[in-house]
Amino acid sequence: MLARRKLVNMVMLTMTGVCTVATVAVLFLILGALLVHGASSLSWNFFTQLPKPIGETGGGMANAIVGSAEIVGLAALIGIPIGFLAGVYLSEYEDKKFASVVRYIADLLNGVPSIIVGILGWALLVVPMHGNSALAGSIALSVMLIPIVTRQTEQFLREVPLALREGALALGACKWKMIATVVVPAGSKGIMTGMILGVARIAGESAPLLFTAGSSQYWGTLTEPTASLPVMIYFRATGPYEEWHQEAWAAGLVLIGMVLTANILARMILAKGVSVPRG
Amino acid sequence: MATETAVAAEPVRKTSSQAGDKIARLTALFFACTLLAIVGLLVYELIWRSEPARAKFGWGFLSSSEWNPVTENFGGLPFLYGTVVTSVVAMLLSIPLGVGAAIFLAELAPAKLSNALTFVIELLAAIPSVIYGLLAIFTLVPLMREYIEPFLKATLGFLPFFQGPAAGVGYLTAGLVLAIMTVPFIISVSRESLLAVPREQREAALALGATHWETTWQIVVPYAKLGILGSVFLGLARALGETMAVTMVIGNLVAVHASLLWPGYSIAAVIANEFAEAGGKIYPAALVELGLVLFGLTIVINGFARMMIIATTKKGSKR
Repeated sequence: MLARRKLVNMVMLTMTGVCTVATVAVLFLILGALLVHGASSLSWNFFTQLPKPIGETGGGMANAIVGSAEIVGLAALIGIPIGFLAGVYLSEYEDKKFASVVRYIADLLNGVPSIIVGILGWALLVVPMHGNSALAGSIALSVMLIPIVTRQTEQFLREVPLALREGALALGACKWKMIATVVVPAGSKGIMTGMILGVARIAGESAPLLFTAGSSQYWGTLTEPTASLPVMIYFRATGPYEEWHQEAWAAGLVLIGMVLTANILARMILAKGVSVPRG
Repeated sequence: MATETAVAAEPVRKTSSQAGDKIARLTALFFACTLLAIVGLLVYELIWRSEPARAKFGWGFLSSSEWNPVTENFGGLPFLYGTVVTSVVAMLLSIPLGVGAAIFLAELAPAKLSNALTFVIELLAAIPSVIYGLLAIFTLVPLMREYIEPFLKATLGFLPFFQGPAAGVGYLTAGLVLAIMTVPFIISVSRESLLAVPREQREAALALGATHWETTWQIVVPYAKLGILGSVFLGLARALGETMAVTMVIGNLVAVHASLLWPGYSIAAVIANEFAEAGGKIYPAALVELGLVLFGLTIVINGFARMMIIATTKKGSKR
């Protein structure tokens, strides 16, 4: 009986280890596959040239890289201030009932599937403007970014010790000065981390861009259809040509490089461990 | 003279700071309200833009399998079915894997190793969906087609779930990709609830002569079950709404098949594929209605997840 219990103990504990190894291995398999397939088709042209028609060599994705930067940059400009101030409200000015409604709504918005956020961007901007535009893509992505930044800001402002606030108030600062000069700087590391992780997350999104920013073979302005890296990966990977697949791998390697760099950078800013935003 | 100015200046400064406080408060409140406005707008657009389809098909939309843009006859069943089946397959695979790994990280691994591994696993959650799709198309799909699906047909082919073509794409492959994508969420939330179980619980069980595994499985896991269940619902909500990776491997076939080896379709996938080209009035409305269904589904599941996770943190803070 005891021998059997000991055996069960060993087998099951080993199984949990196997589960962990299997999960961690997936990350390295993904990175390995991207490196093997992507590195061979990554060249200088990839970063500097526009896409070329099938059959011509030397094409690149310069427009998609710039397009991604443009769409994500604008989304960050819109989403970060809104999310940040909403987070300040939740942490510093809460009226119990209303704040819990806002908190619930932020979590709800965080859980909305990205494709549905795309429908919102389409309804708000693509329909009235009669066409895809980088602007519509930015609005859709900012809708995804706002709840992430809000909840992260709130979380890290709450961690600022009460003594710091009382000290500022005791020295005669009014409330908004206390928030601006004491509380926010004290929580700034965590807030920065949250913002970087949030931007990294929306930078990898393609579903909300499919019918908002759309795609294009050329350079685009804010009001024209604009290519982005994730959308290009989707179209290239599902297309019929071998050259396209190579480009998809290369773009995948570039995208994962940016996302992982941002994640590791965020961890370094926040020296102590913190969870990736989820929900 | 000097005292007079000081006295006179005092009230002025106070009112200006009070006004500043008021402005700051209202600004923050305004931006908090933007969140409400966004969700309000989202719900309004989903309901309003799907109106033509809802008026034409009624509740029959959810039980009809016809999807014909030419005759403008639309039913959502194949997509709803595909969404649910792929998510269930994903959960069947990711719950044992995720809970197993969470037990290892919380109960067995030393703190340093556990934190390092958790960081790596959370990086997995940061990988964009389209990258999972890319990997799945070129590595997982051939593997499924050449080895795994023929093997399943040969061994379990008598079950209705493992019959039909072995094309590589289909419900099973999509479910597998979703399992990999949801595991990090299950692990990180489950691990936290396991770590929150008080030490005395473990010590008491071990002192009574239970083995390490018996302590974990009969004492620690039941204590943390609400949190674990919450993590499962969180993963499920993710799986239901996941778009790109599923679109790339589910096969995009409008049909309902019991067998997991068949290609199918999901709600998110059909919106991703057809929305940009949908012309007329009814076609886009039908797609938006599917979006509305998906929205409702994820809200409910996410609601369950939050309730459970909040319940565990409350339980923890009482102690």
